Amino acid sequence: MTIQIQLFARARDLAGSDCIQLDLQAPVAVSELRSRLLQEYPALHPLAASLLVAVNNEYARDETVIPEGAELACFPPVSGG
Amino acid sequence: MPETQTVKLTHEPIDYHALTEQVRSTQSGAVVLFLGTVREMTQGRQTVALDYDCYPAMAQAKMQELLDEASTRWPVDRAAVIHRLGHLELGDISIALAVSCPHRKQAFAAGQFLIDELKVRVPIWKQENWSDGTTEWVHPGADEANLTVSETTLPNSGRPHHA
Repeated sequence: MTIQIQLFARARDLAGSDCIQLDLQAPVAVSELRSRLLQEYPALHPLAASLLVAVNNEYARDETVIPEGAELACFPPVSGG
Repeated sequence: MPETQTVKLTHEPIDYHALTEQVRSTQSGAVVLFLGTVREMTQGRQTVALDYDCYPAMAQAKMQELLDEASTRWPVDRAAVIHRLGHLELGDISIALAVSCPHRKQAFAAGQFLIDELKVRVPIWKQENWSDGTTEWVHPGADEANLTVSETTLPNSGRPHHA
């Protein structure tokens, strides 16, 4: 399946885009998504250990399987306030 | 009757007086207002401005989730939170959070919970514009060598708080 991932803050700057696409074989777990993302966008490596993945507006664990059509986002630790 | 809960993202200056009025009611004897403002000095470095980025859909959902959680833990009458995005100068208000409860201890506790959790859960990021002309995203913990993303580091399951 082709999935779109929104990127924010330093992840967006490093990747040079606010939204990227990956082709992945379903089912895809969050850990696999993160690996492929780092493989295809090596510029993201400074954030490798801290990248968070959100699936449908909720923080996702490594083992979470990404549902078809889910809204995905990937970003570093937050710093609002 | 006004909404009992308000969650908002804005690019405009925050009217914290109006926000405070939204949470006042005759049911509550205590109103706590928290303002976050752009500080000049951080560990000896000088800030000239901050830029805030946001994932709006998730930020709205997470802020609402926090208000709901606060209401299960304290007798919150009304609560309102508004976060400003974009370019902010020194002294500008980046966030205003107001909560009302029957008594002061509850209002202080709920307000403290809301701002502490907002800082670790809500997908908003600040970028420092330092006085030497450089910029730097603030990503707490991102440069800790051995940090791994696991259950213990997810923002909704007790990631350590950063000041």
